[in-house]
Amino acid sequence: MTKTPDSWTRTDDSMVENAIRRGANRRDLLKMLLAGGMSLPAIDLVLGRANAAVADEPVKGGTLKAAGWSSSTADTLDPAKASLSTDYVRCCAFYNRLTFLDKAGIPKMELAKSIDTDDAKTWTIKLRTGVTFHDGKTLTADDVVFSLKRHLDPAVGSKVAKIAAQMTDIKAADKSTVVITLAGANADLPTILSTHHFMIVADGTTDFSKGNGTGAFICKSFEPGVRSIGVRNPNYWKGGPHVDSFEFFAISDDNARVNALLSGDIHLAAAINPRSTRLVDGQQGFSLSKTTSGNYTDLNIRLDMEPGSRRDFVDGMKYLVNREQIVKSALRGFGEVGNDQPVSPASPFHNAALKPKPFDPEKAKSLFKKAGLLGQSIPVITSDAASSAIDMAMVVQAAGAEIGMKLDVQRVPSDGYWSNYWLKAPVHFGNINPRPTPDILFSLLYASEAPWNESKYKSEKFDKMMLEARATIAWEKRKELYDQMQVMIAEEAGTIIPAYISNVDAISNKLKGLAPNPLGGMMGYAFAEYVWLTA
Amino acid sequence: MKSRVPSLILGRLLIALVTLTIVSFAVFFATTMLPGDTAMILLGQSATPEAVAGLRAAMHLDEPALLRFLYWIGGLFRGDLGTSYANQMPVTTLIADRLANTLKLAGLTTLVTVPLALTLGITAAMWRGTLYDRIVTIATIGVISVPEFVLATLAVLVFAVYLKWLPALSFTYQVDSFSGLLRVYAMPVITLTFVVSAQMIRMSRAAVIETLNTPYVEMALLKGASRPRMVLRHALPNALGPIANAVALSLSYLVGGVIIVETIFNYPGIAKLMVDGVSTRDLPLIQSCAMIFCFGYLLLITTADIVAILSNPRLR
Repeated sequence: MTKTPDSWTRTDDSMVENAIRRGANRRDLLKMLLAGGMSLPAIDLVLGRANAAVADEPVKGGTLKAAGWSSSTADTLDPAKASLSTDYVRCCAFYNRLTFLDKAGIPKMELAKSIDTDDAKTWTIKLRTGVTFHDGKTLTADDVVFSLKRHLDPAVGSKVAKIAAQMTDIKAADKSTVVITLAGANADLPTILSTHHFMIVADGTTDFSKGNGTGAFICKSFEPGVRSIGVRNPNYWKGGPHVDSFEFFAISDDNARVNALLSGDIHLAAAINPRSTRLVDGQQGFSLSKTTSGNYTDLNIRLDMEPGSRRDFVDGMKYLVNREQIVKSALRGFGEVGNDQPVSPASPFHNAALKPKPFDPEKAKSLFKKAGLLGQSIPVITSDAASSAIDMAMVVQAAGAEIGMKLDVQRVPSDGYWSNYWLKAPVHFGNINPRPTPDILFSLLYASEAPWNESKYKSEKFDKMMLEARATIAWEKRKELYDQMQVMIAEEAGTIIPAYISNVDAISNKLKGLAPNPLGGMMGYAFAEYVWLTA
Repeated sequence: MKSRVPSLILGRLLIALVTLTIVSFAVFFATTMLPGDTAMILLGQSATPEAVAGLRAAMHLDEPALLRFLYWIGGLFRGDLGTSYANQMPVTTLIADRLANTLKLAGLTTLVTVPLALTLGITAAMWRGTLYDRIVTIATIGVISVPEFVLATLAVLVFAVYLKWLPALSFTYQVDSFSGLLRVYAMPVITLTFVVSAQMIRMSRAAVIETLNTPYVEMALLKGASRPRMVLRHALPNALGPIANAVALSLSYLVGGVIIVETIFNYPGIAKLMVDGVSTRDLPLIQSCAMIFCFGYLLLITTADIVAILSNPRLR
């Protein structure tokens, strides 16, 4: 009998399954696996198994139980206030958005039937008809107007008040049409509306503890900091979720979460620590689901002060970072190699043609020599506050020692790191959470006036391109602009992004239908509606 | 002489009331010293100054903290615990289920612990110096020394993950039979029994031994009383006061101190609720939880005092 290699694990299986879901054909997969040193018969076995897993037919019924990692009395079913993964999961189960992102990161219509614009400034949204809330009320344009306008009211305390502020006018044109006018052209509106805070609630709602939405599950009980239970919505406009009911709670202790999964109490343990993955991997009946959604830890060199003001030092550092080793050792394999720009491979705008800088200590050495810094001691600030930053710093330091470049790694406490060191120290580590669009990333992190400009990168050309891309509706044209801007960041800015960090969910093999999504782990937090349970 | 007991008990109750008031103020001042407020914490990364000011006004957090606290005290006398800042639900609703959970766990643990600990403690004293006594003493010290998170995690690994006899989480199952109750509560109760009983065993053993050394017990021995009779009839009634105190102190831990067991078994009790309250600076919730802990503690201690008073012939 043909056997898979000994080192083959369920995680590798799920990697192949994910590749198939992403649209990889047999040839791509053969290339990938042959490059990994597998024999042809073994590949046949693996592909057969993966195809069978992907082709599984959904079955109805069962109670889905899943555990997130954080929950408190501040848990809310008010989408505007949602702040933790736990809130996102619940909001996705009880409400719908106007749009949602598919696995490729392209906005697709949900409650909206169409979203049209001529100038990226005035947007006409046609709503689906025949959609009802859990209390029986029919969805109309008024509900959408109410849901969006709430974000502008400071008393609501919306998390996206700043992003929503660009919607200067929101009005209902008729019962099923909403017209949004923006302060300036922004072609990303459909993607912005797909984020979890823009879920649609019923007009006039003040008590959000009932979770009255249009979503796949009806809220049966919701206890903040304890758990929530949803039952299948029989009138769901998409045709009902696969499972009968869905119970969600949080187990904050990493070990306890994994143990609950292994003992069969839950079907999914979200966001487990790479250290715990060994407990799950190789266990019969369990596997890991890896999602790369754009979280990264980066090494920032400020261009406005020594030593970053010497261009050759910055370039030298980019060659000194051994990206493969960082993914392998610092992230224990749970990441993807990065090419020094913030748009992750999960985004359709990711510039795949831009290759990561190779690890080339000799070239780095000559650049450091040219900068006149070889042999000098350069302080590098790192901290546990930025995930895996300490391990990354060690990798870079060791590579520096080989060529006689002394990097003085200073480890500082997490408490106060973001206010005392981040953006301030000449050479330091940072960590950036995923954002839905390149425009948000660029305007937050790389525009000349950006509040979190980590390397103090300034380029008028970049700023101009950013505004131009924001107002450009044609996809190809925007992609072209964003591709160029990613090259500019990789070449000119002082931020080294060695890897995109993956989120790892541990799942029972009874749970089927889970696919990665660029909005985050657990299928962009919306898994409950899509998955099914096998006996 | 007969009138002394009621006045002693009344005195204890008055002291309890004063303690509650002092604790309430202490908790209030400690809470106001914490950095940040609910509005800032709820907004998190998006806490711009305008957003914080808007939310603060909407939540009436712009009123002076002392005034809000006095309102809360006023409400307390009408039996109203106030509204949580974090999620606008009545604190009574938030606490009710969780307090019931905590009391259920504490009650079951007490039912197991007290008879077990007293039996072990008293028998160890009875046969002091024997192999049995040594085994009990060493085992007790061993159990005291192992932290409860180690105990709990080991229990989960062995009984839930490998043997699959018991569920790893206590709360996710509906309990509809006595055997179901045993299954679901077995691990948390055993863990807590280990933690709580050790102190009781040691204290009751010491108290009984101390009275066994007194001259009147020696007298009983000389008169030919059997060993069990000597301990149970003569020594134990006089050791009851200290034992009741040791039991009360150990049990008071079950009301508010079981955060680790609540976390590992994902059991929604009141300790975790208070931690949530502190992390969101939710004053009414923190105050209410603190009052419940303090009340539970005082109730146990006062009961122990009363038992001591009643068991002491000189005070009776």
